[in-house]
Amino acid sequence: MSRPKVAFFDFTSCEGCQLTVLDALQTHPELLDAVEIVQFREAMSEKGEDYLIAFVEGSLARPADEERLRGIREKAGILVALGSCAHIGGVNAIRNRQPLEKVRKHVYGEKWEWFDAYEARPASAAVKVDFFIPGCPIDRSEFLEVVTALLLGRQPKIRDYPLCVECKLKENVCLYDKGKSCLGPIIRAGCGAICPTYGDGCEGCRGLITNPNINAAEDVLKEHGLSVKEIMAQMDMFGTYQMMEMEGVGHD
Amino acid sequence: MTNVSVNVHHLTRVEGHGNIIVDVRNGELKECRLEIVESPRFFEAMLLGKPYQQASHITSRICGICAVGHATTSLRTSERALGVEPSQQTVLLRKLNFFGEIIDSHVLHTYMLVAPDFFGVGSVIPLAKTHTDVVLRALRIKKLSGDLCAMIGGRHTHPIALCVGGFTHLPNESELRAMRKRLVDARRDMDETVALFKTLDWPQFERETEYVSLTKSDEYAFIDGQIKTSDGFLYDLDAYRQVTNEKIVPHSTAKHASHNRESYMVGALARVNNNFDQLHPQAKDAAAQLGLEPICYNSFLNSAAQIVEMVHSVEESIRTIDELLARGIKPEEPVEVEVKECTGVGSCDVPRGILFHDYEIGDDGLITGANCVIPTGQNYANMEADMRALVPQILDRPEPEITLMMEMLIRAYDPCISCSTHFLEVEFVG
Ligand code: SF4
Ligand code: SF4
Ligand code: SF4
Repeated sequence: MSRPKVAFFDFTSCEGCQLTVLDALQTHPELLDAVEIVQFREAMSEKGEDYLIAFVEGSLARPADEERLRGIREKAGILVALGSCAHIGGVNAIRNRQPLEKVRKHVYGEKWEWFDAYEARPASAAVKVDFFIPGCPIDRSEFLEVVTALLLGRQPKIRDYPLCVECKLKENVCLYDKGKSCLGPIIRAGCGAICPTYGDGCEGCRGLITNPNINAAEDVLKEHGLSVKEIMAQMDMFGTYQMMEMEGVGHD
Repeated sequence: MTNVSVNVHHLTRVEGHGNIIVDVRNGELKECRLEIVESPRFFEAMLLGKPYQQASHITSRICGICAVGHATTSLRTSERALGVEPSQQTVLLRKLNFFGEIIDSHVLHTYMLVAPDFFGVGSVIPLAKTHTDVVLRALRIKKLSGDLCAMIGGRHTHPIALCVGGFTHLPNESELRAMRKRLVDARRDMDETVALFKTLDWPQFERETEYVSLTKSDEYAFIDGQIKTSDGFLYDLDAYRQVTNEKIVPHSTAKHASHNRESYMVGALARVNNNFDQLHPQAKDAAAQLGLEPICYNSFLNSAAQIVEMVHSVEESIRTIDELLARGIKPEEPVEVEVKECTGVGSCDVPRGILFHDYEIGDDGLITGANCVIPTGQNYANMEADMRALVPQILDRPEPEITLMMEMLIRAYDPCISCSTHFLEVEFVG
């Protein structure tokens, strides 16, 4: 049986998710026997154009990116968004709150028109995304879970309940009790609540749970007198794109 | 008469996207440049209006490999602006985290990205079959350095626990002891790394240039210090713009930096050249074995300098852990900050070279202005100058060999194009 061909692509990103994939390959070298990697620009020179699964890292940051992504979509049987940037726009979308021209002038001054840019957006803004692996960076074991499921022809299961659930299992003292804030009640679990575990509030890199108004961690909200709306307003690190979509602000 | 045309589209095994263009007609060099095709990042604009506490988490996302370097630089920038003095324990833990990232980044570059060229293969993957011990050693070192970073910051990349004034989480003493043991064991891997890399044939190539790095009176500088250049200049951090002089150059895709000459170089080779005396004796010994003696003008030896720094960082990590254990880890809260309107410049010499952040903070704690000057941006002009000097020397070789040499040259710089917050894309004129 021939091994399924897999390719990795990056758009506007820090490449931290690809690095996490490299880490996963280091601890699970058997993966290299299960799949054939035909493109992984960060790690290899070879470039194959025939692939079944395309992992896409990074946000779209200029119109030309869409064309490239569509080309990948056409060739790939399965397209997976890898990490916060590709999944929800990630940190790249922070700048969408400011007028584009101002952003471009701020960094490039008079020469701002020399290059192209538009509001940063996730892969799903341009093509159909079959699955996503959330996080900034992605979680190593979740990546392995998804790959394993895909290889077995199963639907990967991405958690869709609030982070607080995981955080409580870790027996962390809630950050709200320490006078800090945390997006845990409305953010998708799956990272092991790593930020609260290391003393810092969740910044929402894994994106909103589905229907936060219904599915949020009610107990935590109640205990600390918080509302979903209040917490959502703090989603300005990774969630700008999601928030602006919900506010109905167009991206053109 | 020779005609050579090299056009490497999407240079592989570097961070980010770059193209090499070389065009020689009738033996004359017409065109020689490095094109940056990565889409723009706008990190400086992203910081506007954000609380200074968030800046390290945002700028960490400039580069997954230099995440600790960006985060630490960001913290030092805010701290210097706000007048915050971190505790000695914080200083030691940050250093330890930094050594972890130096080892992590350098092992990735030397073993996974550079070594395949010397073995004549396209990636590290075939080496797993032919040179299993080499690959396993690389993976061991990589795992160790990743775990070292995670022990302090919470995860391998994009550290969580680092904050302005200190840490939100501290490693405990038994974690430190276990890590110390692994570092001691890694000495053997370091010896073998030196033994391997000294058998590799570095291309013979020299071009005099200026080397720029941080420097400190009491240690080999990675965090804080003054700016030193090999042409004899010394500046305080606040004067960084006198060194970087960023220019938008029409023929090139990136803002170019120049100081005393047409270009300068930053990175491991610059640090080793400028601060050789402060290297750990073990690292000096590695340098001698690798044939690296200051001042070395061969850019290909940047990879050798990275090995020297790996040895240094392993030894210094052990020393730092000893110091932390002798003091005992004290539970401490981050230093209280009194918010005021202020400005500040911070700098670290991250794996790929000297990095500057420069912030203006308002009295509400929100950032009102930001500038980041990243290492690769500072190296572009020097890379192109090297390309222009190297091509005529190798023109008689077959085209694929010239192409490989150019790729190897650019890779030796370990360019992190994805973190180039400063670059421009121009039309290809071919
Ligand atoms: S999601 Fe985060 S770690 Fe992944 S590429 Fe984007 S910025 Fe980097
Ligand atoms: S709000 Fe944050 S710290 Fe509190 S329980 Fe939820 S995830 Fe944990
Ligand atoms: S705790 Fe929140 S910010 Fe941290 S990794 Fe998990 S989802 Fe992302």
